[in-house]
Amino acid sequence: MNLALSDEQVFLREAARGALSRFKTLEAAREALDGNERALPDMWPAACEAGWPGLLIDEAHGGAGLDVFDAMLVLGECGRVLAGVPLLGHLPASAILNDSPTGASLLEALATGERRAAYLPASPPSDVSDHWSVDSRSGSERPPTPTATSADGGTTKVSGKLSFVPDAPGANVLVGVALLDGKATGVAIEANAPGVSIEATTRYDSTRSLGHVSLEDATATILDAPEESLAAAWYLAQALIAAESLGSVETALDVSVEYAKERHTFGRAIGSYQAVKHSLTEVLRQLENGRSLLYYAGWARHGSPSEFPLAASAARSVAGRALDHAARTMISVHGGIGATWEHDAPLYFRRAQLSRRLLGGTGAATDRVAGELIAQADAA
Amino acid sequence: MDLDDTPEQAAYRAEVRTWLDEHSSEAPVLQGPGAIEDEDEIIAARRVWQGKLAEGGLAGVVWPKEYGGQGRGPIEQVICNQEIARAKVPGILDAIGVGMLGPTIIAHGDEDQKGRYLGPMLHGDEVWCQLFSEPAAGSDLAAVQTRARLQEDGSWRLTGQKVWTTNAQFASYGLLLARTDADVPKHKGMTMFIVPMDAPGVTVRGLRQISGEAEFNEVFFDDLAVDAGAVVGGVGNGWGTALTTLMYERVTIGLGGEGLGYNSTRFAGAIASDEHARRDPEVRHQLGEIGSELLAVRFTGYRTLTALQKGQIPGPEAGLAKVTIVNGAIKAGDLIADVQGPDALDKDSEWAYMISFLPGLKSAGGTEEILRNTIGERVLGLPPEPRLDKGIPFSELRSKEGAPA
Repeated sequence: MNLALSDEQVFLREAARGALSRFKTLEAAREALDGNERALPDMWPAACEAGWPGLLIDEAHGGAGLDVFDAMLVLGECGRVLAGVPLLGHLPASAILNDSPTGASLLEALATGERRAAYLPASPPSDVSDHWSVDSRSGSERPPTPTATSADGGTTKVSGKLSFVPDAPGANVLVGVALLDGKATGVAIEANAPGVSIEATTRYDSTRSLGHVSLEDATATILDAPEESLAAAWYLAQALIAAESLGSVETALDVSVEYAKERHTFGRAIGSYQAVKHSLTEVLRQLENGRSLLYYAGWARHGSPSEFPLAASAARSVAGRALDHAARTMISVHGGIGATWEHDAPLYFRRAQLSRRLLGGTGAATDRVAGELIAQADAA
Repeated sequence: MDLDDTPEQAAYRAEVRTWLDEHSSEAPVLQGPGAIEDEDEIIAARRVWQGKLAEGGLAGVVWPKEYGGQGRGPIEQVICNQEIARAKVPGILDAIGVGMLGPTIIAHGDEDQKGRYLGPMLHGDEVWCQLFSEPAAGSDLAAVQTRARLQEDGSWRLTGQKVWTTNAQFASYGLLLARTDADVPKHKGMTMFIVPMDAPGVTVRGLRQISGEAEFNEVFFDDLAVDAGAVVGGVGNGWGTALTTLMYERVTIGLGGEGLGYNSTRFAGAIASDEHARRDPEVRHQLGEIGSELLAVRFTGYRTLTALQKGQIPGPEAGLAKVTIVNGAIKAGDLIADVQGPDALDKDSEWAYMISFLPGLKSAGGTEEILRNTIGERVLGLPPEPRLDKGIPFSELRSKEGAPA
């Protein structure tokens, strides 16, 4: 039994914290919200220097050959300071390619970060839905994943639309799932290929780069990653956004606790009042539950792959709710000032509201947990 | 990161499994066909079984060898519990004695006490109960009023009332926290005693709960006489001794959460068997939220085990897992009753029993409010609630509260 960070993992986390501390991410987030998007620092060079682009790529292809839990540690640090490092798009894409011999030639440049990938998120079928689906531009109905025409050698033509794709703007290669002869198949598409258009967009949280991706007969390399690997990329993305959200919860809690110790009313620190103390311990409770589920997901990826969908979805579900609650608590503990532009709390609140709606949303993750549990019960 | 046994742990697991393979047929049957029904017979059979577990080295795993234990660590205790559960046989009857009170006596008792009491406790020959809580001393345990008065011959006389006492109806001994000096601040004037439960002056009365069953007792002491050798850990040191017991209680709760059967797969089973509910988005949403939190607690338990393995002692944050388990199970019971309708509340339904049991469990081992206070102060470092009882002699405090000391 060992569910503790290794020395290397502690080092990875500390190094990430150090690298990110060189940027004034929160100030930039506020300025960007005011309309100055150029205030947002380009963090990719720092990510490359730290070796993050190659985290999940085998050493033989120039990567670090690390595991999903290591990636979650880095995302957690990004979440602490709301850093817009485009790993949520890059890492799941690189994981699919790493499992695809036909995509191996792409790996080396992605491992160094010389080129950047974005994942085209597609959620696998569940017990109540038999098809792969993607996030819609508006409304609750989920469109099917893009389709590919018949293969021609190692390539195919892909058509479809994907909305609110994390880190798509500026990516060099798009990696996702298309239906080829009715079968979910991995595809890699050069972002500058004819028929590909990426419309950059932001919503509510300036630190989050999103893009609407349109594919019209875009030439794609067919990837031979097994379907299990395509599904795992979706759950990896769930685990990463969960880790990132919990990093934000850590900061929200730390800042709120410090304020509750200093701020006095009626002659005593507000943190001594049960109402305040109990709401902060509720944030801690949800944070600890989320952390435990990150360990579950990190362990399950290889320790029990059939549980990875359950573990990652549960982590996403708990983390999404935890960040919403933490951000709201942060605001209410600080009183009126917490709801103003003067304070960082609104930045975490904005992060919480948008994150919960990306990548299928926390609601879909929660439903997936139910589906996986029902399947477990059926099998028992 | 792994959930695997080390080679030493695997060897220990194999050893326990072999013993259980050889002896499981001797275990009392408590459920299903051929189950013993008479309460007294159940207790008698479980005492005998505890004795066999002790002889096989499956009781008192963490107790030092000199007191009949195995001198192993908490991980081995967990492995032993897992194997007992896997073999589908009952565990030890006196989990409170062996898990919490025995270790307290080992830590604070004198050699006479250890020699006299530990062996029969371990073997189930003498069952123990914990006599700490009182009607007016639960969350604020240091407010106990059961009074022990020193006699001229060095013996003591005890008068007062205890409550929430599991197993008191068949216990031979109890570990009792009493006030021995009301003229000093409340944490200083207490002493721990070993009391015989069959002596004149001790009355045990069952306390029925929502389910109708009496799982706890009230215990009344009316001028019970005990000799000087009954004091554990020295006169006036009762609070420190009690903290040791409470530390072991946290460990027990932290490692035993799933033992209550409040796990996500079991709850999902109740939903899965209903063709409509298993596709209902609202039901699924609730099941997903409840299931996620209960899964988290399972892995919090593994994190606790990792810490124990490294020689760390679980802190008050283990209490958060208890809050999650209890509230998760309450929501699950509610959801299952919504899905099944009044049938879930049938007297023979496993859910009716759970639904009845949980409101009380919310206060057991520390109310949710007290746990949140403790965690807020000890883990988050928030300032404590101002206290009106600091440094005030207990007798004055009592008169302020409008009651005789």
